[in-house]
Amino acid sequence: MKQILITLVEDKPGVLNRIASLFRRRNYNIDSLVVGKSEKPGVSRMTIMTNEEDQRKRGHIYFNLLNLVNVIAVKDVSNLGCVTREFILIKIQIGPDQLNEVNEVVKSHGARIVDMGKETVIIEATEREKEIDALVDELTPFNITEIMRTGKIAMRKGKTHKISSDKINAQADDVNWVPENIHTYHN
Amino acid sequence: MSKRNLTGAEIIWECVAIEGVDVVFGYPGGTILPAYDALDKYRKKIHHVLVRHEQGATHMADGYARASGKVGVAMATSGPGATNMITGMATAMMDSVPIVCITGQVPSPVIGSDAFQEIDITGASIPVTKHNYLVLDINDLAETIKEAFHVARSGRPGPVLVDIPKDIQNQSIDFIYPTGDIELPGLIEPQGADESQIKKFSEMIADSERPIILSGHGVLLSGATQEILDLANLAQIPIGTTLLGIGGVPASHPLVLGMMGMHGETWVNRAIQESDLLIACGMRFDDRVTGKLQTYSPNSKKIHIEIDPSEINKNVHVDLPIHGDLKSVIHQMIPVLSKKKNDSWIKKIDGWQNKSKDRDIIHQETEMLMGAHVVRKIWEGTKGDALVITDVGQHQMLEAQYYEHEEPRTLLTSGGLGTMGFSLPAGIGASFYEKDREIWIIVGDGSFQMTMTELGTAVQENRNINIAIINNGYLGMVRQWQEMFYEARYVETPILSPDYVKLAAAYGIEAFQVKSLDDVIPTMRKVQKQTGPSLIEFVVEQHDMVYPMVPAGADLHEMIERPINSKNGNANIQKEELKK
Repeated sequence: MKQILITLVEDKPGVLNRIASLFRRRNYNIDSLVVGKSEKPGVSRMTIMTNEEDQRKRGHIYFNLLNLVNVIAVKDVSNLGCVTREFILIKIQIGPDQLNEVNEVVKSHGARIVDMGKETVIIEATEREKEIDALVDELTPFNITEIMRTGKIAMRKGKTHKISSDKINAQADDVNWVPENIHTYHN
Repeated sequence: MSKRNLTGAEIIWECVAIEGVDVVFGYPGGTILPAYDALDKYRKKIHHVLVRHEQGATHMADGYARASGKVGVAMATSGPGATNMITGMATAMMDSVPIVCITGQVPSPVIGSDAFQEIDITGASIPVTKHNYLVLDINDLAETIKEAFHVARSGRPGPVLVDIPKDIQNQSIDFIYPTGDIELPGLIEPQGADESQIKKFSEMIADSERPIILSGHGVLLSGATQEILDLANLAQIPIGTTLLGIGGVPASHPLVLGMMGMHGETWVNRAIQESDLLIACGMRFDDRVTGKLQTYSPNSKKIHIEIDPSEINKNVHVDLPIHGDLKSVIHQMIPVLSKKKNDSWIKKIDGWQNKSKDRDIIHQETEMLMGAHVVRKIWEGTKGDALVITDVGQHQMLEAQYYEHEEPRTLLTSGGLGTMGFSLPAGIGASFYEKDREIWIIVGDGSFQMTMTELGTAVQENRNINIAIINNGYLGMVRQWQEMFYEARYVETPILSPDYVKLAAAYGIEAFQVKSLDDVIPTMRKVQKQTGPSLIEFVVEQHDMVYPMVPAGADLHEMIERPINSKNGNANIQKEELKK
């Protein structure tokens, strides 16, 4: 199973560089990394996926990430209830006689056609990784010319992990954002 | 504080002075010129040391920080000035030393245009700094410098770089120093031990029969000397130290065994391997300490008290991890511990120690002058009370073995990065804090030639430092590996030295050459009397090796010991002995 880390970082220049540099120099593999604005100005929320299987090495990644000064908090949600989604845009080249067929595939996967050109259509879908893979598989017989896929984004189910409003202090509001207790993480 | 209109350049010095810094090591250049121009107004508060190379500036700041426990400050211009600081920052990073490096940068409008002497130093220094900053708004300058000092000294200390474009130095604002505490949510607060951990700690100690404390650099950084000794005395636990842990506990204390690891004492490594409880305090199980991880202390439970959570379970799996400041964690533990005796364990270790004596070069008479004997004489000649700065190589290990340190921060050495050329600049830096204690820089002929350009700085600043060059005509430690592991093919390890006495004379430094053991102390007495820098070249046996040695990647108990009573200390080690 992949390691999924939800990370709160200060929205400052170079932060992405620091995280990428950490993964590179420690020889950790990033499977995917998605970053965007969070509910709090000045703070970005990231979903980082790694393909590290070893629990001890997962701990290394977790704590090294936490050690970065611009990283406010990290939550390892690999084993917790999460909604995870990926987003995809697919461009296929089709003849007019194939449109119905494509439409059926698209509908059966809960995807949408968002652009229809003379010879091409663009399809979008927001789903779990597996369903996205299945959609791509089913569209493969058609002539796929471009795929743009985001990495996975994740949000933990249940109680809100909001960021304190008076200051960027993620620890204040929700005990879940206190840096993972080292003693429980390692044992 | 009243408002004053100050330039960015002036704000740099204001902020540095407020941090309590009274000495800055640096080198001027194009993009840092505004700061240097403004320095003239701050001469009364801040002494600037003109170095000969920016790497020297970082090592001086590092040496100052290691000796004092305060933050050291280095300054350089953009481009090559900044890149020359990389080695020094990496050295400080690996050894958790708080320094702040301030660099000039090309004016902000031309950043990214490959302007003259432009380099992306914040990008380049990410892996070798704890954190770094590029200041693009003068309104952020004071707060950034304040934050940089805070980050450098908080938690596990480390180097921080602040890059300041020339136009920011030239702009001016109404300066108000940011008061109040720095809020940095990204810094991790040490957790300390909880009830269950305190209970488990005392149970593990009570249950152990062969415990040993591994005392690391964290003991010095946390100021936990007394706490470690209290713990050791209470439960009669022997203490082994890491290289950087030397001085953290007094060498003469009956429970202090000496250094562990690759060139550690045989009895310490044996004790670690046979132990049933390791109590690791402020250390990080470096490969030079553990040897082969799979066979490291195989039958022991392990406790690890460490302020950096990413170090816990990194190399060695521990049974009781405690994330916290060492001093306060041991404070938590002491009241619940019960007294304990480990007499038979201590006796066993004593036995190993006694048995190893006949292999120790220090008890052997040799024809040639030996590096180990020189170090021992320096120890005698300084009553063990000097501040010693070593470089990297054989002499470094000999110092660790034969100079016994009684106080914290009396041995400064580049451990983690192993930076040759560290000692002379670090010693110069340390001398700005340590004004009463005798200072000895022990350095090999290879290491010395890496940064001997800083002799100029030592003379210009009239530093009271004594340089002891242990000259064996080789890159000795590399030669040792070639002899042991590369069938004695000494490829590119013989190294020519200049006439050091003449070299020193060119700088106006009084210098001596010593070739026999009997001359060591008398020559020391000569240089001890004088002020300013001095230099002694000790011409030592060329082929000696540092024993004992655990080959890289071998089991910690697979120690190669010195052959007994070989006339010249080693000389050629038997192949069979190696294979054992």
